[in-house]
Amino acid sequence: MHASPASADEIKQGLQDVGYLPNDSTALVSFLAAKLGKPILVEGPAGVGKTQLAKSLAESLGRELVRLQCYEGLDEAKALYEWNYRKQLLRIQAEAEGAGWQEVQDDIFGKEFLLERPLMTAIASPKPVVLLIDEIDKTDQEFEAMLLELLSDFQITIPELGRIEATTMPIVLLTSNNTRELTEALKRRCLYLWLDYPALEHELAIVRLHAPELDEHVARRLVEVVSLVRDLDLKKPPSIAESIDWARALLLLGAQDIDAKVFRDTMSVIVKHRTDLDVVTERVGVKLGLAEDSLGAASAG
Amino acid sequence: MPPQPASGGPGSGHPRGTSRRAALFGGTPQGELPGGLAAHILEFGEELRGEGVAVGTSELLDAFSALPEVEWTEPAAFRGVLATTLAKSPDDQRIFNLVFDRFFFRAVELAAIQEGVSEAGQGGSMDEAGEELNLEALRRQIAQMIADGNESAMRDLARLAIAAFGQQGEGSGVIGVDVQRIRRQLGLRGEPQPELPQEDPRRDGLPRDGIRRFEQLLRQELERRQIERTEVLPPARPLNELDRALPSGPLSDLASVHRVVAQLKRRLKTQGNEHKGRKRHAHVDVRRTMRASLETGGVPVVLKYRPIRPRRPELFVVCDVSTSVTSASVFFLSVMHALHDSFRKMRSFVFIERVSEVTDVFHKERDFKAVSEAIGKDAGVADISGYTDYGRVWRELRDQIEDELHPRATLIVLGDARTNGRDPAADVFAQIAAKAGRAYWLNPEPRLYWNYGDSVISAYEQYCEAYECWTAAQLEDFVKALTAPDSARR
Repeated sequence: MHASPASADEIKQGLQDVGYLPNDSTALVSFLAAKLGKPILVEGPAGVGKTQLAKSLAESLGRELVRLQCYEGLDEAKALYEWNYRKQLLRIQAEAEGAGWQEVQDDIFGKEFLLERPLMTAIASPKPVVLLIDEIDKTDQEFEAMLLELLSDFQITIPELGRIEATTMPIVLLTSNNTRELTEALKRRCLYLWLDYPALEHELAIVRLHAPELDEHVARRLVEVVSLVRDLDLKKPPSIAESIDWARALLLLGAQDIDAKVFRDTMSVIVKHRTDLDVVTERVGVKLGLAEDSLGAASAG
Repeated sequence: MPPQPASGGPGSGHPRGTSRRAALFGGTPQGELPGGLAAHILEFGEELRGEGVAVGTSELLDAFSALPEVEWTEPAAFRGVLATTLAKSPDDQRIFNLVFDRFFFRAVELAAIQEGVSEAGQGGSMDEAGEELNLEALRRQIAQMIADGNESAMRDLARLAIAAFGQQGEGSGVIGVDVQRIRRQLGLRGEPQPELPQEDPRRDGLPRDGIRRFEQLLRQELERRQIERTEVLPPARPLNELDRALPSGPLSDLASVHRVVAQLKRRLKTQGNEHKGRKRHAHVDVRRTMRASLETGGVPVVLKYRPIRPRRPELFVVCDVSTSVTSASVFFLSVMHALHDSFRKMRSFVFIERVSEVTDVFHKERDFKAVSEAIGKDAGVADISGYTDYGRVWRELRDQIEDELHPRATLIVLGDARTNGRDPAADVFAQIAAKAGRAYWLNPEPRLYWNYGDSVISAYEQYCEAYECWTAAQLEDFVKALTAPDSARR
């Protein structure tokens, strides 16, 4: 797979090859991002594969992934670059005698003393990369404003060193869990992609891709139950990764079907809050009991 | 213009559609945007703005630069490109979808009328074909396609179905009625129909989404035919509020209240710190500074400070649960529920005639429904009449929490300030508010009704900040107002 895809279908194929099944709009938006050099803003509930999309894109395009995990209080020194002042200090001490100030100054503000942080790494990289800015909604607005310059021009200005421009166009993904409204200015510069929980058939395909040994019938039951659980009002609805984990767990247990008992024993794989457990046992347990009868009738008929 | 992707002809799945498009746009080669289309897209952007989606010029430019990169003559790609460049939030995308369907459907029909393109010629042969068609086979085929979710096949079959069933008897002229009649004749149902033979896909019931989608296609096709017959477009309707309102129940409301309260917590926390930071210097932590200095040869280059502990906000929430605020009480309780999720140092009270502490109820129960039931049952706040008595409530509250209030505490009152003609005891409330550092009043009534009738909010407003608040959006406004500089009344 070469670095510049020619069509959305090619991206889709590439993603599939590394184990990520995108829907059509995901493939289309990824393709546009690569083609137009615009960042993608990916939003959606937790656990629908937002971060995984970036990882898989990097893998399928043969690019390095540079990841910046955002958190409250993230600042430029941790995101862009920092001067390694300890090393600078030692340098000054080492040749305190004799050397003129100008000499030393030229010397200590060189690349040697620069600590690259993720954004800088992505810009300065000689090879094209995929830059993932994860959970951008966790940072404050000041940081967002700083990103604007970077995302529109792909360059960083360091006062002592000059301007560093991107030689290659990184693919940039920003993910957000929608805990905070992002600024209009940032949204304007991005392509927008909304990822939701996949449709039943789509998730079935995903589960079958990652747990191919699992019986088709069991896999179908599994995604049906998962979508049932997602419809409940839970603190943390099961993610796609958890569906896959559950499929693997069932495989290990050698389960032939998902009945009320198997479900009760293994549901901690997909439901991880004590109160959620209660809700799920109550609501889905009953449904499973009922569904079993109709299922039995159908297979007998 | 970048090189064109080679492709085996657009839309090979539905040839009729392609021929229509070719006729409309004069068979423009792929990849170049015909001038007419650009105008259409600009109009579309205008229409989105009309529905409240913020579409800027830069977004439209993005759409134009993105379209030639894909095979935009494919409906899915065309829609996908416009969606990703123009609509940038879940809400906007929902509105985008509604507007897109409406706008391009109308644009195509208008062009068809202008250019005189019509399917009348084909229509005749279709009707004949319809009579020869084995109706039962058609039913089964449609059911199969719905079960498979095959969109383009469904579109074609919708036309066939109208040809086969639509003309039997006179159409009612009302599209909705016709759609339901055709659906019934096709025997499309969500529930299983065990009397049907084994191989019939309808036997196990069809996916409801698929049926709904098929109905939409039927409706579209019927509308198209109607326009073709009368050669006029019906007037455009703006999306009504029902269409665009999020499909929300109380549950999703609960989630949004929780989200806003999480923000509130952050804001309450940081607000206090600013004051503190300006007034007091942080202390140098000598031990950590010495240790750090070893890295630089014993020169203390990096001063290590004792961390400034974020002060923990303490909340006192007092909530009216009387009948005059029944409509808002679910919202109020969900606010309290969410507050309890975020704050550990918090005490909550409910009141009607007298006040009762419910902190424990919230600590024990995590389920929202159980909490509201427990409060309804055991709080014991109604005494004799069941009408709110603010005077008594403030006096009781003062006795209960007076000793615990301090300047760093925040008091939030949720209530409508309707005293039923009783003494408001604003002076007692003033004492409580003065002991707490900040006091806020969230009133579920529109500001217009404040101070009318028995509402005495103005008496309390002198001692606290009052906000109108009965939706999650307004709660968000309240949170925003909290962060605005100088919002704290001192």
